[in-house]
Amino acid sequence: MAATHTLRAKHRRSALRTLAFLSPWLIGFAVFFAYPMISTVYFSFMHYDGFRAPTWSGTKNWTYVFEHYPFFWPALRNTLWLVVIMVTLRVLFGLGIGMLITKIKTGTGVFRTLFYLPYLAPPVAATMAFAFLLNPGTGPVDSFLEQAGIPAPGWFNDPDWSKPALTLMFLWGVGDLMVIFMAALLDVPREQYEAAELDGASAWQRFRYVTLPTISPIIMFAVVTGVIAAMQCYTQPLVAGKVASGVIQGAGTMFEPGYPEHSTLTLPQLVYNLGFQRFDYGSACVVALVLFALSMAFTALLMRRRGGLVQAGD
Amino acid sequence: MTHVRERPAEQTAPPSSPAGRTARRRALLEWIAVHSLGVAAALFFTLPFVFVFLTSLMSDSQALSRDLVPHTWEWGNYRKVFDTPGFLVWWRNTLLYAGLGTVLTVVSSVPVAYALAKFRFRGRNLTLMLVISMMMLPPQVVVIPMYLFWAKQLDLSGTLWPLVVPLAFGDAFSIFLLRQFLTTIPDEYLDAAKVDGCGDLRTLLKVVLPMAKPGIAAVALFQFFAAWNDYFGPQIYASENPDAWTLSYALESFKGAHHTDWNLTMAATVLVMAPVILVFFFAQKAFVEGVTLTGVKG
Repeated sequence: MAATHTLRAKHRRSALRTLAFLSPWLIGFAVFFAYPMISTVYFSFMHYDGFRAPTWSGTKNWTYVFEHYPFFWPALRNTLWLVVIMVTLRVLFGLGIGMLITKIKTGTGVFRTLFYLPYLAPPVAATMAFAFLLNPGTGPVDSFLEQAGIPAPGWFNDPDWSKPALTLMFLWGVGDLMVIFMAALLDVPREQYEAAELDGASAWQRFRYVTLPTISPIIMFAVVTGVIAAMQCYTQPLVAGKVASGVIQGAGTMFEPGYPEHSTLTLPQLVYNLGFQRFDYGSACVVALVLFALSMAFTALLMRRRGGLVQAGD
Repeated sequence: MTHVRERPAEQTAPPSSPAGRTARRRALLEWIAVHSLGVAAALFFTLPFVFVFLTSLMSDSQALSRDLVPHTWEWGNYRKVFDTPGFLVWWRNTLLYAGLGTVLTVVSSVPVAYALAKFRFRGRNLTLMLVISMMMLPPQVVVIPMYLFWAKQLDLSGTLWPLVVPLAFGDAFSIFLLRQFLTTIPDEYLDAAKVDGCGDLRTLLKVVLPMAKPGIAAVALFQFFAAWNDYFGPQIYASENPDAWTLSYALESFKGAHHTDWNLTMAATVLVMAPVILVFFFAQKAFVEGVTLTGVKG
């Protein structure tokens, strides 16, 4: 009896210890996630402008967002564009730069630092810089292109070119992927290359049958985290649109989101537009829930396809 | 895929033989190809910085022209940026948000990460999965109720409180990164501490923390930059009060305050980028280690 008593006491002590160590996050989870998440669902069925008390509106917000709010579908399309095209290009470019850096034998440290630095540029600062660099008329990029006889695009001022301009900027900040791919490429066992070479494998065959299988989990990781980041893309398109449209008088000024012609509008921007510019908190919560569902779907994919990330049960 | 550094062909065949010469020529050609690509890439990555910096030193009128190099070097542009009303307050706010936020994040995330890495308890995998999910969650998802909570219930909009306080309750990304790091510390050290009569807290403080320094450095840097770069948070909570703006948020208003003055705007841009780049040069290792820790060492 005494033995089971002490055993139970020991269990209770260890449970309390765990709880104590986890408590900061448990409290944070409850206050900054669980409670607001429930409220978001609640508000998505309410009409609420922040002044008058919320009133029940059923599914009105939902039909408004999906059927009448003019920005929802363009924003979803833009987000999908970024998810498919920008992420693909970023992963390919990151892999290319990662391979390049493993082959550079002279001044590796300098090259690596130079390739990595843009990743550190604060998003707003990087966007301001690119808005200037790509500015039609005065920007250095267009004057180069014109001198080379290439017709210069309008970049952030042209609805067809604003997303490619954003993509170019995200390719510039590819340093994080470079580091991840570099580490993965250096982990590929040298002997396998030597064996493949003895078997007479060409460079492409060595890449296809030795490199690719070894680094494919990292590619998967880069794709899924890239997709999640693309879906959350907020600051860069917002600032680019504001600066290119030239309407800003100061932070917080009213502006039509997604200049030019909704081409830089992304889903997270809609939450801001609906909630903090139109004071339609209910509809903003609908978009927030769409965003939540999409991020959780991709997160689930990440955890399923890469069980190693969690090391479940180790 | 040939590795230039080792040049196996050169060692086996004498350099004067035809086979040795072709191999050497191939290695040389590859060296040239790789390094020209490297230089091209380096130009792509560095030229934007160079043009921004050069423009920041131009006169007002020249910044609107297509010239690439300043005629007169206007270092006074930086003085003008510093003299902009509010600029020093924005610096203070940014340092406060980034500095205080970093300390709070580390203090609150370390014990959580330690428990997730080293304690065995029911629901551990579930907790870890929730942490990862939170890490992937866009801040916009819960922003409406959070804004209503801070602004309407606590009347704290226009201050830094809504930005800093949540960081005292563990940050999901930091917890995940630290947890990844702490699992690499062998259990034997913890068992030895226990045999020596250390309690959990003492073990954490005296044994684990000193070994976890690189992980903590990485987390601190990431958190510092996250606050430094944050735009959405200040936009939601601080936009109505310029005295509570941070640099990242204030930067675009700068473009508005000096309308078409690209030179001053670029000078301000340099001043927002510079601290990040400087910190990176002092803490390169911790940074790169942090990036690989998130992606590779699953």
